[in-house]
Amino acid sequence: MIDIILSALVNLLTGWHLFYMMVGVFVGLIIGILPGLGSIAGMSILLPFIYGMDPVSALGMLIGLLAVVPTGDTFTSVLMGIPGGAASQATILDGFPMAKRGEAARALSAAFFSSMVGGLVGAVVLSVFVVIARPIILAFSSGELFMLTVLGLSMVGVLAGTSLIKGLLACGFGLLLGSVGAAPATSEWRLVLGTDYLIDGIPIVVIALGIFAIPEIVDLLRQNKAIAAASRLGTGWLQGIRDTFTHWGLVMRCSAIGCIIGAMPGLGGSVADWLAYGHVVQIAKDKSQFGKGDVRGVLAPESANNSVQGGALIPTLLFGIPGSGSTAIFLGGMILLGMQPGITMVETRLDLVYTIIWSLAIANVLGAGLCILISPFVARLTTLPYVYVAPFMLMIIFFAAYQATTNWGDIVTLLAIGVLGIYMRRFGWPRPPLLIGFVLAKGAETYLYQAIQFHEWAWLWRPGVLIIAAFTIVSIWVGTRFGRTGIDEGGETGRVRDTRPQLLFGAFVAIAFAYGIYDSLQHSYLAKIFPLGLSISALAGSLVVLALVQWGPTAGSSVFDTEADTPPGMRSMEYYLAWLLGLMAVSAVTGFLIGLGLFFVVFLHVEARAPLWRNAVLTASAMLFLIGMAYIFVLDFPGGLLQDLVDMPWPLR
Amino acid sequence: MTIFRPARMLGAALALSAAVLPGTAPAADFAGKTIEWTIPFSTGGGSDVWARFFAPLIAAELPGKPTIVVKNVGGGGSITGTNQFFTRAKPDGLSILGTSATTQFPYMLDDPRVRYDYKNLIPIMLSPTGGVVYVNPSLGAKDARDIGKMKGKEMKYGSQGPTSLDLVPLLAFELLELDVKPVFGMQGRGDGRLAFERGEALIDYQTSSAYLRNVVPLVKQGKAVPLFSWGIIDDNGAFARDPTFPELPHFVEAYEQAYGKKPSGPAFDAFKSFVIAGYAAQKPLFLPKGTSKDIVDAYVAAIQKVVSAPDFKDRAGDEIGEYKQQAGVTAERTLNAALDINPAAKAWVKNWLTTKYNVKLGN
Repeated sequence: MIDIILSALVNLLTGWHLFYMMVGVFVGLIIGILPGLGSIAGMSILLPFIYGMDPVSALGMLIGLLAVVPTGDTFTSVLMGIPGGAASQATILDGFPMAKRGEAARALSAAFFSSMVGGLVGAVVLSVFVVIARPIILAFSSGELFMLTVLGLSMVGVLAGTSLIKGLLACGFGLLLGSVGAAPATSEWRLVLGTDYLIDGIPIVVIALGIFAIPEIVDLLRQNKAIAAASRLGTGWLQGIRDTFTHWGLVMRCSAIGCIIGAMPGLGGSVADWLAYGHVVQIAKDKSQFGKGDVRGVLAPESANNSVQGGALIPTLLFGIPGSGSTAIFLGGMILLGMQPGITMVETRLDLVYTIIWSLAIANVLGAGLCILISPFVARLTTLPYVYVAPFMLMIIFFAAYQATTNWGDIVTLLAIGVLGIYMRRFGWPRPPLLIGFVLAKGAETYLYQAIQFHEWAWLWRPGVLIIAAFTIVSIWVGTRFGRTGIDEGGETGRVRDTRPQLLFGAFVAIAFAYGIYDSLQHSYLAKIFPLGLSISALAGSLVVLALVQWGPTAGSSVFDTEADTPPGMRSMEYYLAWLLGLMAVSAVTGFLIGLGLFFVVFLHVEARAPLWRNAVLTASAMLFLIGMAYIFVLDFPGGLLQDLVDMPWPLR
Repeated sequence: MTIFRPARMLGAALALSAAVLPGTAPAADFAGKTIEWTIPFSTGGGSDVWARFFAPLIAAELPGKPTIVVKNVGGGGSITGTNQFFTRAKPDGLSILGTSATTQFPYMLDDPRVRYDYKNLIPIMLSPTGGVVYVNPSLGAKDARDIGKMKGKEMKYGSQGPTSLDLVPLLAFELLELDVKPVFGMQGRGDGRLAFERGEALIDYQTSSAYLRNVVPLVKQGKAVPLFSWGIIDDNGAFARDPTFPELPHFVEAYEQAYGKKPSGPAFDAFKSFVIAGYAAQKPLFLPKGTSKDIVDAYVAAIQKVVSAPDFKDRAGDEIGEYKQQAGVTAERTLNAALDINPAAKAWVKNWLTTKYNVKLGN
């Protein structure tokens, strides 16, 4: 066995193999840095080239990409507050405040170094467990998977911020958003609002970008300055690496969490970074800095999201079942190469398995190294006046959202969720619980239903279920032991004079849940039970919140409005929201590409007062970027009225 | 070295005829062109891999050696992308569409979202596959003859949903009068197999390549007992044994072994249509209707050249290459056998889906 392991390494390092892996790493980095584009987009770029390649080169290239995307993702999460991908959402919570404080360098190097450690742990776990994990994975039935989603949901307690009830409601809203689309038990269409788009459910990328990126962009535009308040960008590299060593126990535990979640087919990688983040907040004695820039809040999700890949490859290789979205495409790539992932491959082609493992390890080291090398340059983005950065960010997130299913619905939903995010932020409704609810909704409902169908209620007494239930109870207990102060994004605001906007938003939430009740009543028992139970309890909760706002104390966690602290003369959020709506409206007429071009020109002229030449150069480069992406991804942009009436040439089609 | 290229010869012949006979269409020539192959599924799935495998091969055999790019338009269980192609694609030979059973089924069941019509598409290639049904040995069955013994025993089955490709096994279980209780919400056939391996599901099926790869080892260990394959449709339109599993009876044989008579009636007619649409005609490739004959011929010639190349089977591996790829007229005949579902059978299956699985379909 040792000779197979070593010969796989030597083989990987000879000839062109390493070169192709570098290509994968390079593409992965670029895809990772562009917000919203994940390994799925990257794989779709590489897939056309792998047909006919020799297996070692092709595997190296695909794994190189797979390993590095969650590392590169970190850039925008830390520097811009925009989730770089589905797996780097939790990094924002502490990474971005660190960047604002001028500690971008420390946050990035901590993130990259812990990513590398996580990736290496993933590779080690994969190499050991790929040989013996079969019975372990088979031990996880629908019952255990359901308990894991409960464990995930229990993290809401610590991620709820200062107002537990708002956190629970946000989580409920996420669960409701997650139940949009075909019901797992009966395939009935729930909450689709008469559209075809919503039948498949809302893509996670669209939710993540909408809930985090759009509010951040609007907020930064209002403040009208560069992201980083201080300019100590160059310092802190070593500090970040030191942080990783200081908290090595945490990094190891979170890597383990990543591996386990990755190895469970069906839970998906985006659960892992939230679980890791919830874990670190729960066990920390001093929770006061979470959400304000605690480096542990960066280390935890970053070590987990890279180790996920190693874990996710276990079921991929052993059973031919993907452990995450990107391994699903990797599976496609292996089949295109003529490989047949499954137990037969592990038993007969161990050399290929170890090629994959070595690629994973080497690519993780390469990726982290490259990221640390280029970050001083990328970090300078935070010193640019934001008014110049914003249109590019908008362009990229709109493009990324559209990549999700190439449908106008992606863009409309992105904006709708963005508006939701803006007001959640304004009124002190924590957003992480919404994401947790969303990523766990399908799993929670599906596995509960399947557990009952397969085992009736006997599943509750399965040893695995009991163990995970015990974990859940212990973690809640540990989380509450040091006082129930979770992460705290905003603290308290000043005295709120006008509570009407809050009441309005609270009423909107209540109406949404009331609609949830109405919609679920249209369906059969199995399709309605989950959204109905959820909506009824959440509706009650939202009424409590409304009552608190109306009759409770006038300052604190329940009455919360960031506008109370807004200096006079600052433009309203709605003003910038109108820009976004304008972009949509124009695009609906001219098609997205022309619409975005017009947006650039007008926005840079009005908001940035950019000189004509600069305006022209920036707009042209944005257009070129988009056209280039459309070419690479074989994509038509969303069309408008113009495209319906006139047959336009590519890329205006 | 000169390579014999029928596609080119055909192109040349057509060019010649175009020059000689006034009024005939000009010869197809794709030199410098880019062809868009729409796949109504996202990257990395079975259909995507299928298209990406064939794209360079077909491109190399088309006159003028164009570039073929695969364009993924996912969503709506492949209905969205197919609708889009159907309304937008021009019949200039530069837009082609690959669909799958998941696209065929909603069309056959009159799903109200479907705005495409297979009658207005020209099939030029067809990639078949097959499937095998197997059970847990604890049921006591040794082969298809023991199916009768399994009657009345409740068997769980991990399924993706009643209108997915799982419609075919669910119909088969119904015909065999087996007490199969599907547990829905599986993410893919792999999940169903995992439930089988855990002992939660007692009956399962896999498509051919997944069966070979992941179930044959279980059969060897005595953890699974294969019952029957779906079989294939021979040149006379009758069921025949699947050449990939010559030792296994096909469904109709299995039924006969169990019940001593041939299956018949609307349920069986429905099964036959859906098993063809789901397996024998699983992945068809189309040109839009109205495409000129020379372009269609150029494609069919290119495809024939690709699939009859001596090394085709080796290159395709067992994912694609186990079954005989069909081109042109043969593809059309197979596809029509499925899509011309008899009205009584269609009414039966729709009613059955509504009463048994609470599936509401458009009229």
